[in-house]
Amino acid sequence: MSVLVIAEHDNAALAAATLNTIAAARRLDDDVHVLVAGAGCAGVADAAAKVAGVGKVRVADDPAYANQLAENLATLVTGIASEYSYVLVAATKAGKNVLPRAAALLDVSPISDISGIESADTFVRPIYAGNAIATVQSIDPIKLVSVRATSFDAAPEEGGAAVVETVEAAGDSGLSAFVGQDLTQSERPELTSARIVISGGRGMQSGDNFALLEDVADKLGAAVGASRAAVDAGFVPNDYQVGQTGKVVAPDLYVAVGISGAIQHLAGMKESKVIVAINKDEEAPIFQVADYGLVADLFQAVPELSAELSKS
Amino acid sequence: MKILVAVKRVIDYNVKVRVKADQSGVELANVKMSMNPFDEIGVEEALRLREAGKADEIIALSLGVQQCQETIRTALAMGADRGILIRTDAELEPLAVAKLMKAVVEREQPGLVITGKQSIDGDNTQTGQMLAALLGWPQGTFAYRIEIDDGEMDLTREIDGGLETVRLKMPAVVTTDLRLNEPRFASLPNIMRAKKKPVDTLTPEDLGIDVTPRVKTLKVTEPPKRDAGVRVGSVAELIEKLKNEAKVI
Repeated sequence: MSVLVIAEHDNAALAAATLNTIAAARRLDDDVHVLVAGAGCAGVADAAAKVAGVGKVRVADDPAYANQLAENLATLVTGIASEYSYVLVAATKAGKNVLPRAAALLDVSPISDISGIESADTFVRPIYAGNAIATVQSIDPIKLVSVRATSFDAAPEEGGAAVVETVEAAGDSGLSAFVGQDLTQSERPELTSARIVISGGRGMQSGDNFALLEDVADKLGAAVGASRAAVDAGFVPNDYQVGQTGKVVAPDLYVAVGISGAIQHLAGMKESKVIVAINKDEEAPIFQVADYGLVADLFQAVPELSAELSKS
Repeated sequence: MKILVAVKRVIDYNVKVRVKADQSGVELANVKMSMNPFDEIGVEEALRLREAGKADEIIALSLGVQQCQETIRTALAMGADRGILIRTDAELEPLAVAKLMKAVVEREQPGLVITGKQSIDGDNTQTGQMLAALLGWPQGTFAYRIEIDDGEMDLTREIDGGLETVRLKMPAVVTTDLRLNEPRFASLPNIMRAKKKPVDTLTPEDLGIDVTPRVKTLKVTEPPKRDAGVRVGSVAELIEKLKNEAKVI
């Protein structure tokens, strides 16, 4: 009845969301294995072996997995899935890319983006952008599940001493090839794992004005996010987007600046512990979920916020 | 090249969803239904590929109740050439949809299948990847930009850290993300013209596909309510509250 967690990584470091997925796996069974498929990924395997609660790390180190192409990775997962009762992955874009492909090859109906575990076969997941919560039961012999990282505390990075063993690579499908990446460079914490997030919406008026938020973010050690409106307007890159179709975040503090609060945006942040809204429109729906609301012109309030933070 | 585009009938994205009192699901009666927004992007991309001379026929496919015909008509009004409805009153989960779509692909032999990255009802993000797996085709999920040339596709996709480009052999399955394009509106003459375009109706039985669900929905409930908090009068008060009351900074 063991659990296989597919590690998310870039061949150098384990993604934070994998730690939450390992924690979810531990809720299902004590015997948790982690699959690290990559190229030159021995460091990631060692890091996974140290995570508390991991019993075994299985490494497939092969050029076919260098860029996590779903076609190759799904075949590898399918080959070893029968040894497990569960295959888990973080419900990130990378996880959502590979898990359904593996599931179809196994003739299994996967369960996406779980926010809770009720029993061995019953899971809780948001539907309709979090406006309804479904409790679902799987009758498949192997359960393939993607895990909403913000709903589970991360497993400690230290404390484990798992054995590391090699899995034979399953070859290159020849169907797809990696061409290149254009990653957003940032010194700030990653959006989905940051303790504080400050996001801007259409009210920011331009990409240049996001410098105001970055200034506050740097004083708080926060990540910077955005609403869909701000991304669609071209103010910031797409990977800033928080919401139903962007990233789901649940930081200790979420500061929404110039964001009206469309349900699609709320779906991505309403699990945050403390929500602050700064908006000049006092009727904005964001105030209905905010713990602290400040009705103010952001172009005055945000610089003032920055100045006050410098003082203290 | 033929393009098959999947179009799902979902609750309109502007409608506030209400959970049924008996917890069996969400209220669908007398609720405005529309095409899943990501599928609109899929139809638009197919039209642009045809306009660029990369495709010559666009088939809009929908699966579900008879009223899905209306969703197909919307795609036809945007410019798709013909429609296929897989008619069933059964609840279809993504695995069943992928199997039904595979059967249609085998009949129609398209060079490209486009689906939305997710539908805004179930939020599963599964169907395109599953279809690609069943067909043994490559998948280009979360598409941001598509360039087709000489039997290959360079597909730029949205990933968590930014953008990534992969080269896929055709035929392939693509799932659309938000920024692939901005879908056009159907003009009135095109809406009228769409009424004359052919729509074939099939059933899962016709295609020999078992659609029995593997995942049972036990209940659907309201999300926990978040109480509105307090208004603060100034930035100084905000900082004081965050420090001393919420203790988050």
